[in-house]
Amino acid sequence: MDEKNSAGKLWIYIMKSFFKPMLLVLWKDILTEIRNKDIILASFVFAVLVLVICNFAFDITPATVQILASGILWISFTFAGILVMTRSFVVENELDSLEGLLLCPISRDSLYWGKMLSLFLFMMVVELLLLPIFAVLFDYNVLSLSLILIMVLATMGFATVGTLFASMSVNTRAREIMLPILFFPIVTPVLIAAVEASMSIIGGGTSVINIREWIEILIIFDVVYLVVCPWAFGFVVEE
Amino acid sequence: MAVEPAILVNGLYKSFGDNSVLSNVDLAIDWGTQLTVFGSNGSGKTTLLKSLAMQCRPDAGSINIAGRDVRRERSAIRQNIGVVGHQPMVYQEMTCMENLVFFGRMYGVDEVSKRSQIVLNEMGLSRHSNNRVHNLSHGMQKRLAICRAIIHSPPILLMDEPETGLDIVALEIVKSLIKSWTSKMGAVVITTHSIEIGLGWGSDVAILNNGDIVYRAKQEEVDQTWMRKTLLANFGFIS
Repeated sequence: MDEKNSAGKLWIYIMKSFFKPMLLVLWKDILTEIRNKDIILASFVFAVLVLVICNFAFDITPATVQILASGILWISFTFAGILVMTRSFVVENELDSLEGLLLCPISRDSLYWGKMLSLFLFMMVVELLLLPIFAVLFDYNVLSLSLILIMVLATMGFATVGTLFASMSVNTRAREIMLPILFFPIVTPVLIAAVEASMSIIGGGTSVINIREWIEILIIFDVVYLVVCPWAFGFVVEE
Repeated sequence: MAVEPAILVNGLYKSFGDNSVLSNVDLAIDWGTQLTVFGSNGSGKTTLLKSLAMQCRPDAGSINIAGRDVRRERSAIRQNIGVVGHQPMVYQEMTCMENLVFFGRMYGVDEVSKRSQIVLNEMGLSRHSNNRVHNLSHGMQKRLAICRAIIHSPPILLMDEPETGLDIVALEIVKSLIKSWTSKMGAVVITTHSIEIGLGWGSDVAILNNGDIVYRAKQEEVDQTWMRKTLLANFGFIS
């Protein structure tokens, strides 16, 4: 009976100290985005422009589209992701809102997870909106459940690292430059795994490693980032 | 047993690069006291308040808030302080009410909607409760910032130049708010450039110069004429 009671108390404590603030931050970000449509709209338009430029820049034929599709998709996803990360923390910087949040007696982990989940959500929305645009522009349908699984795993990796580095770079003078410089070297393994795995699904994959192994690599990096980044985030925001 | 002061600072040092901002600051503020810190631009007022609010980490020295060490019990201290800074630290796309409910929930306030309505009424903002922050004037945003700082009824209030942007009506409200705080044995620290506010609100007084407290007196010990002359002649104040 006592064990049940203490387990119940522990669960209530975790709910109050971790999940509640995390969900509040997520709710706040979604509400803000629904109202100003600042993050998703801007990054979506930017990513569409990247697709259009790629459409003109590469000599796309039915034979080459299979080889190029994965790379083009991930170029647009990554650039859109960078915009999502930057904008999300710029909103926090207006009126010093992030400082207000940091003054609250909440764990830095719950704040990190709330921001990370909102970044993940916004990036996934942009990526899913881009798939039909890609299909129209390149006359090539890439939509499949396996691709969406890879998008989820890779975007989780991006959002995990992006939340940390966006919080670091938002207060620097050259934040638009600083974020990609910090972000890209760290997420390169995720990006390579995502491109290769997508290529195997879309077609034209020549890799000796099969799709399952790429997915395992994505999962491993996601787990490592999910352990390291929230820990580092606590130090970054406290300094 | 002697009661711990509300705020106890010993040997506080803080520098930014080569620029020493606070040097060897010692300060004790008792419960039921309001302390007004005067100082010219760059004297270290904001850095002192930010150190007390744990928004910046001191290089050396110790700070105890409500008997707790800021290095060890940060979350508990955050529950005990309300901070008004230069920026309102709220979200532009949310209404006044939504902001207060959001921050109130972060602080674990019971009946948060009711409490939000009460503080909005107190600060004369009830008419604007459903207005988004970006539609409010600077003075109204400042009032909302004060609402955010007191939403969880903290015993200690830290206010950095609270008079900025406020009209006479709002200043009277802030004055009576501070009075009610100290009468309930809370503690309030304000920094100001206004001699009228500093000397007229019936508080203890300190002068910060080049990062050091060079003068400290109890309210009843302050010779207002001498103080006014000193501030005008030596600390860059204007009459």
